[in-house]
Amino acid sequence: MKMTIGRRAVTLLGMLALTAAPALAEGSLSVMSFGGAYQEAQRKAVFESYTAATGIKVDEQEYGGEIAKIAAMVESGNTTVDVVDVDAPTLLQGCDDGIFEKIDWDKIGPKDDWLAGTTSDCGVGTIVYSTALAYNAATLKDGPKVIADLFDTAKFPGKRGLWKNPATNLEFALLADGVPADQVYEVLSTPEGVDRAFAKLDTIKKDIVWWEAGAQAPQLLASGEVVMTTAWNGRIYNANKEGQDFKIVWDNQILDSNYWVIPKGAKNPEASIAFIKHAVEPKVLAGTTKYIPYGPVRKSASEFVTPEDAANLPTSPANMTVALTLDNAFWADNGDEIRKRFTTWLAQ
Amino acid sequence: MALSEPVDLERIRTFVAVRRAARPARRAALSLALPLVVFLVLTFVAPILYLLVTAVDNPETRSVLPRTLGALETWDGASTPDEAVFAALAADLKQAKADSTAALVGKRLNYEIPGMRSKMLAASRMAAGLEAGPFRERFLEQGDIWAAPETWSVIRRNGAGLTPYYLLTALDLKQAPSGGLEGVAPDQAIFLSVLGRTLLVAGIVTGLTLILGYPVAYVLTIAPKTIAAVMMLMVLLPLWTSLLVRTTAWVVLLQSDGVINSVLMALHLTTEKVQLIFTRIGTVTAMTHIQLPFTILPIYSVMRSIQPTQLRAARSLGSGPTSAFWRIYAPQTLPGVVAGCLMTFILSLGYYITPALVGGPQDQMVSNFISVYINRDLNWGLAAALGVVLLLVTLAIYGLFLRLVGADKIKLG
Repeated sequence: MKMTIGRRAVTLLGMLALTAAPALAEGSLSVMSFGGAYQEAQRKAVFESYTAATGIKVDEQEYGGEIAKIAAMVESGNTTVDVVDVDAPTLLQGCDDGIFEKIDWDKIGPKDDWLAGTTSDCGVGTIVYSTALAYNAATLKDGPKVIADLFDTAKFPGKRGLWKNPATNLEFALLADGVPADQVYEVLSTPEGVDRAFAKLDTIKKDIVWWEAGAQAPQLLASGEVVMTTAWNGRIYNANKEGQDFKIVWDNQILDSNYWVIPKGAKNPEASIAFIKHAVEPKVLAGTTKYIPYGPVRKSASEFVTPEDAANLPTSPANMTVALTLDNAFWADNGDEIRKRFTTWLAQ
Repeated sequence: MALSEPVDLERIRTFVAVRRAARPARRAALSLALPLVVFLVLTFVAPILYLLVTAVDNPETRSVLPRTLGALETWDGASTPDEAVFAALAADLKQAKADSTAALVGKRLNYEIPGMRSKMLAASRMAAGLEAGPFRERFLEQGDIWAAPETWSVIRRNGAGLTPYYLLTALDLKQAPSGGLEGVAPDQAIFLSVLGRTLLVAGIVTGLTLILGYPVAYVLTIAPKTIAAVMMLMVLLPLWTSLLVRTTAWVVLLQSDGVINSVLMALHLTTEKVQLIFTRIGTVTAMTHIQLPFTILPIYSVMRSIQPTQLRAARSLGSGPTSAFWRIYAPQTLPGVVAGCLMTFILSLGYYITPALVGGPQDQMVSNFISVYINRDLNWGLAAALGVVLLLVTLAIYGLFLRLVGADKIKLG
């Protein structure tokens, strides 16, 4: 449907490349995820237990989250990956563009066991991660406590790190400006709301250091470039494992989730769905938290999480007192327009 | 008169015979070049053609809303359409819901009407449950967007298989409701300034690599062999290191607690830390370092072919050292200078990781947006349009260079 000319061109090129990837080897399943510490955690908790239970080997692939990679594979008519771990915007995009298979939830589990917003026609929620404020406790003894401290340059002078993307920042701005979490997107849906968020960001604009790659945020904290930064909670946890003393301010954290999807035309749909079912078993999900602090999306998984692991999870009740779930549908609708405005604002 | 002379048949026969005799050799030569030709067509010509097509291709509305477009043919363009149009839309969306294509057309229209994506999805869910009319009221209940004539003129406009939308957006323009062109709102106009900034940074980097690289290339040609070999290694070494590694090394050097600031403070040249990283200075410094070999090498290879005796001859004929250099030596290096500068300039246009990691908030280059639209937004039309604009600008600059210095003056060695 999308770009018929494109599909033909890609198919042609794909055929000329002699459809290089071999047909799926008997007894193995190709799974693509984000690499790094995240995939390592999945390897230990999910892939190894899956192979132990079924005898099917997991052929691991890595990617950087580029949906274009999946789209090109599907459009060339040669889907070589059986299951992919995607972030929420990718899930939405891919579902819209029809490059993911529909999920038969009867084969997975009861939808109401999943946290609100982590089920979809095209994907099964797997983990919840958080974008939250973090600081270096080694250099800042009396650190920030609430999100408003991010904007309080009198109390906490110095630079602050923010993700170079309007998503999460406009939300943080409104939250710090006193908008309750459940009204943030209502406010942001109006032009005045967007103005209000940008006005709040204006108050610290000259003190902002923008980061783009997730690894930059802990690096900015460690080098003392910033006094505090927003960051993805897994990155902060990893830095602490390497000897840093970073603290996360869970107040008004912004939650988002990852999903397992099956790209359209996957060769072993039955095996793919069976793999996903295994990957989101409560015990398996809880097992992942031993290696990386991303919360399980199934409510029934929490009883299997040890208390010391639970302390680091964005989804543990103590950390969830004030939290906002990122509204990816809002960003799909308004992202392009707001991003352009964000870019002009940056250049001013 | 040449025309009245009889045709020399003998000469023509000889010519044909020679051509015929050389044919196997010509064919052999061609067949040797054939793999390269095929390779170039597949990897260079075809993608560029595909790029051009993608920048104007507009299949979504046409394929998902055919009935609606048909019904809109009689619409006056100024008021909310009548029941017939809404009935056609309901039928189209019912089909779209079954085919899961509502989001596709919603996403396409969302580029021009923010919010249209979810409105279209909601409408398709509603339409799937509608058995009979009247449809108009039901859609109008869904929101003002369905009553607005602008919505319908956007839908009607996108019935065409080709669209100027992406190319216009890449130039910060849009189609006015009246049909003419107008600029987009100031806070949405980003691409021309991004393009200007990309050209500016590429220009500065090219200038700096020339100023820094020209003397290095000269010293390389006159230095003793062993020293020249070591120098050459130092020029080439950065080329063999990954771009990311070099960029990260600059982060370590430039950051507030980094090496450069520590040295400056230790030498008491400054009492406060200088902000080097996350500024334009950071971008230009790191890019200049990475691009230096590309400017140096063509200049060096041209300089090597210049006879040193010419300079000596100029001196012995009474020219001063400066005048001998500028009048005899420098003009001969021009082909290398032009080739090196062109290479650095064109490569610099494509940078985005380096500016993103060491540059300031403003240092977002065109390629950055192209990558975002390809990888994250799947808006390949706009990515292609930006690519087309960048390609045309690059070709224009290349053409300008050719006009200024002549095609024969560009030499890589």
